Amino acid sequence: MPITYTSSEQVEVYRFSIPVTVIVPVTALFLQAWLPRQFPFFSMFDLPLLVTIFFAVSRRNPISGLLTGAAIGLFQDALTGLPIGVNGVAKTFVGYLASSLGVRLDVENAGARLLVTLVFYVIHEIVYFMVARGMIALSLQWSWKHELGSALANALVGVLLFFALDRFKQRT
Amino acid sequence: MESVLGRYKNLIVLVGVLFAQVLGLAVQVKRTTDTESSRLIRIWAVSAVTPFEKTLNWIEHGTGNLWHNYFYLRGVRQENRDLKAQIEQLKLEQVRLNEDAQQARRLQALFNFKEQYVSKTIAAQVIGSGGSEQSRVVYIDKGESDGIRQDMAVITVQGIVGKVLKVFRSSAQVLLIDDQSSGVGAILEKSRLQGIVRGTPAGEVVLEKIMSDEGVQPGEEVRTSGGDRIFPKGLPIGVVMRVNNSPDLFLSIRVRPSANLHKLEEVLVVTQVVDKEPSPGENTSVRAADILARRLPSVPDKPAEDPNKPKATQGAVSAPATGTASTTLAKPAQTTKPPQEANSVKTGAATAASGTVPKTGSPSAPKAITQPKASSAQPAATDSAAAKPKPVKPAPDQSQTAPPQDQPQ
Repeated sequence: MPITYTSSEQVEVYRFSIPVTVIVPVTALFLQAWLPRQFPFFSMFDLPLLVTIFFAVSRRNPISGLLTGAAIGLFQDALTGLPIGVNGVAKTFVGYLASSLGVRLDVENAGARLLVTLVFYVIHEIVYFMVARGMIALSLQWSWKHELGSALANALVGVLLFFALDRFKQRT
Repeated sequence: MESVLGRYKNLIVLVGVLFAQVLGLAVQVKRTTDTESSRLIRIWAVSAVTPFEKTLNWIEHGTGNLWHNYFYLRGVRQENRDLKAQIEQLKLEQVRLNEDAQQARRLQALFNFKEQYVSKTIAAQVIGSGGSEQSRVVYIDKGESDGIRQDMAVITVQGIVGKVLKVFRSSAQVLLIDDQSSGVGAILEKSRLQGIVRGTPAGEVVLEKIMSDEGVQPGEEVRTSGGDRIFPKGLPIGVVMRVNNSPDLFLSIRVRPSANLHKLEEVLVVTQVVDKEPSPGENTSVRAADILARRLPSVPDKPAEDPNKPKATQGAVSAPATGTASTTLAKPAQTTKPPQEANSVKTGAATAASGTVPKTGSPSAPKAITQPKASSAQPAATDSAAAKPKPVKPAPDQSQTAPPQDQPQ
């Protein structure tokens, strides 16, 4: 059973040191900006989103999750040519949902992480699409095939990334 | 009340944060220009990321250079031979193109056309990207301190790349032409149809605003029209790949960019463009007849203008040996010969005459001197007159050679 329902007392809450809290998102933002220049296909991945989900699910604190999502999203927007806030809104929402889910569900194993990341990626894209279309009139085209393919690719990378980042967790 | 706030604390914070961001977005969209507040976060983000990008870029280029310039030199000799052969071919082609360019300059001067010259560029390296499929931007390692300003054109040898969108102290953000918010004034090279090149959400480049009843063929080259006041006219944008009829009035034309936008390494930022009216005397070869007219002491200067002299004689006398812009341009306008024909005649004459330049003692030289084609553009008029005799007009009328700006356009 990949996802188990647990009470908030049963799930473990983790925290991270300040250097990890700063360096991991900045590294994700840096790689997101640098790697597509070397490997154009890499722009389909969203490392900042994966980091947002990881921190939100691990901390299991909705306010912390949404603030992490907002900060990462806003900085990601700052690197693009778009108005600042599109990624911010989407990642705030995902950060909140992921941490709320983390409170109720144990998502420590690979299967659960794959599924959770896949679902949150799609949610993120839907919110992003709505904000981009509705607020800044960006002419985006929605393709389920493309989005689900990207979601799966991100989920696979997410599973690997989460295991790599697990070593930075500190028990409260 | 406190219990309600405590119970819905998470939701209230969520709504508050979302509301703040939506408000911020609305403000940015309304102002359309970048605000100081949004600039601050951009500066922070760029300042945090670009040093790493620059360092990695430096390491990558250093390693690449070391490998390619010192170790991996296989086939360099053969390549060198091939390049030398190519240079010879290009030199021959350059001679022909020079002639064409001179013709074009004369025509432009004739019609008072102003031409834009890329007079100053700054080379920059691409160090990063925006990292988003929705926003196609790259970062270059030159910024405000290097003289980069907003809306400067960014090009490569192959073609245009984009324009500077935002400038930071030591880096700048470049909006690529395949971004959906970009727009470049374009012209099709053969059909001379003008449109706008835009990016699509999928990252393709399309040419818009070409009416569906126009004939556009795949393979035709697309160049900048200069209409956007960012890119100088004539720079390559790309090649027409596919032409489809769309439901509206316009064609759907897919363009393959000349520059490889996915593998950009070095780019040139156009920092200065000069609007210049070309002068036909500039960069043009001096005709043999003119040189001989100056060098040979046996050739006396023509007497001053005599208003009573007939037209043909006057034309030969009044024109100075070197030919100024006014005299050069005045003549073709007085003839009924089309400019193209006039120039083709002139080019032929110039080419033939230039061959006689070193041989000052050749039999053809005196003949050249006595020809009334003293200025660079006068042969057209004279040839025209020879081919189709005209009634001789009084000299004063002829001497009032209209300056170029008086020519019909």
